[in-house]
Amino acid sequence: MRTSLFLDAVDPWVNWDWLSNHVPYVLAAVQEHVTLTLIAVVAGLAISLPLGVLAHRWAGLRFPLLTVFGIFYTIPSLALFAFLIPYTGLGGTTAEIPLIGYNVLVLVRNVLVGLDGVPADVLDAADGMGYRPFARLVRVELPLALPAILAGLRVATVSTIGIVTITAVIGLGGLGQLILRGLIESFHTPLVVATVLSIFLALVADLALAGAQRFIVPWARPA
Amino acid sequence: MNILQSVWQWVTDPAHLSGPDGIPTRLGEHLHLSIESVLLGALIALPAGIVLGHYGRFGNLAINISNVGRAVPSFGILVIAFQVFGLGDLPIILALTALAIPPMVTNSYVALREVDPDVKDAARGMGYRELAQLMRVELPLAIPLIMAGVRTSAVQVVATATLAALVAGGGLGRYIVDGLARDDQPRLVAGALLVAGLALATELLLAGLQRLLVPRGLRLLKTPAVERATSIKAA
Repeated sequence: MRTSLFLDAVDPWVNWDWLSNHVPYVLAAVQEHVTLTLIAVVAGLAISLPLGVLAHRWAGLRFPLLTVFGIFYTIPSLALFAFLIPYTGLGGTTAEIPLIGYNVLVLVRNVLVGLDGVPADVLDAADGMGYRPFARLVRVELPLALPAILAGLRVATVSTIGIVTITAVIGLGGLGQLILRGLIESFHTPLVVATVLSIFLALVADLALAGAQRFIVPWARPA
Repeated sequence: MNILQSVWQWVTDPAHLSGPDGIPTRLGEHLHLSIESVLLGALIALPAGIVLGHYGRFGNLAINISNVGRAVPSFGILVIAFQVFGLGDLPIILALTALAIPPMVTNSYVALREVDPDVKDAARGMGYRELAQLMRVELPLAIPLIMAGVRTSAVQVVATATLAALVAGGGLGRYIVDGLARDDQPRLVAGALLVAGLALATELLLAGLQRLLVPRGLRLLKTPAVERATSIKAA
């Protein structure tokens, strides 16, 4: 128990001297964190867009797809890492497979919501104007689905930034590495700095995407 | 030997079916941590969300608490609670409770807000007083969405309780953390199976409960299954 004043005096919540001497170390962790997040979100989006479009076209695909990824989404990340370690070892692949899988559920769901929300009149009008199916998808349906897709992207990004910290357990972690160090050494500074920076990263990413939403789809006010 | 075979041997080994590190004990610890945290969180979050939603006040707060809650890394909060309160269940339960609150506040706020104003007018016209209207008209209509929030929270708490093992706590996460530390793959994968099974069982159980609690009147309307107002993945 860390209740004595003396101990608190020895290990303050943030030791600014340590922090100022470890700026490159902290920045490297932030960079790893951002990289792990970007891979998970971009790969998740690259998989979800075609999957969502397919599931929208073939209704029979929708239920199995959402069920399979829904089950995956419910399984805690630590358990998925543990399942994968015997096959992919410690490292990037083991970290990214669960992160990407989680994002696929969130994004496919929102792609479907977005495509479902395109009014039938608009589709009729596009057909009447002579759009072929692919052109109609790319130039009419997907732009109208963008608000929902961007909303999903915000949720996926923010969640991913939080879960990336847990990959510290398998030797990655970005800022999670600092949290783990704070735990192992009972040293408050890296723990507090990393937690605050992780929240900050998530909020900045959310605001940036909300801004992008306003800019890309000015006709739809972000929820 | 094949991994699945060795995992099966590990799970069925009588030594792992009893004692302080046995599966029943670890499962009990996991359930105890999760249930206490969800109940404590519900005790705080549901009245707050229901009152805010009923009066339609502080809507931004009720909505944004989920956005901010999502941004908080569960691992960091757990370790900070451990550093502040030391060993034991208390820091784990406090951290899990903090994670359980946001989805329940937001969902219950949204649930109460979305009660049809015409229905509220009708209730008032029939002579319901405010409390009776809340308890007998608004809450029954809001139950499906409120339960969706409880379900989101509970599934996240069960998932995050896995991390308790990282701060020397119990629960099924113990097998994963120890399996990693000892490079004991059967233990690691068996732990993963147990954790995944518990998370899925929680989701199914609460989805069933949610369905049971939908009032008969709403069921007759054949409304589509309630979507969760918040989607949170904390661990």
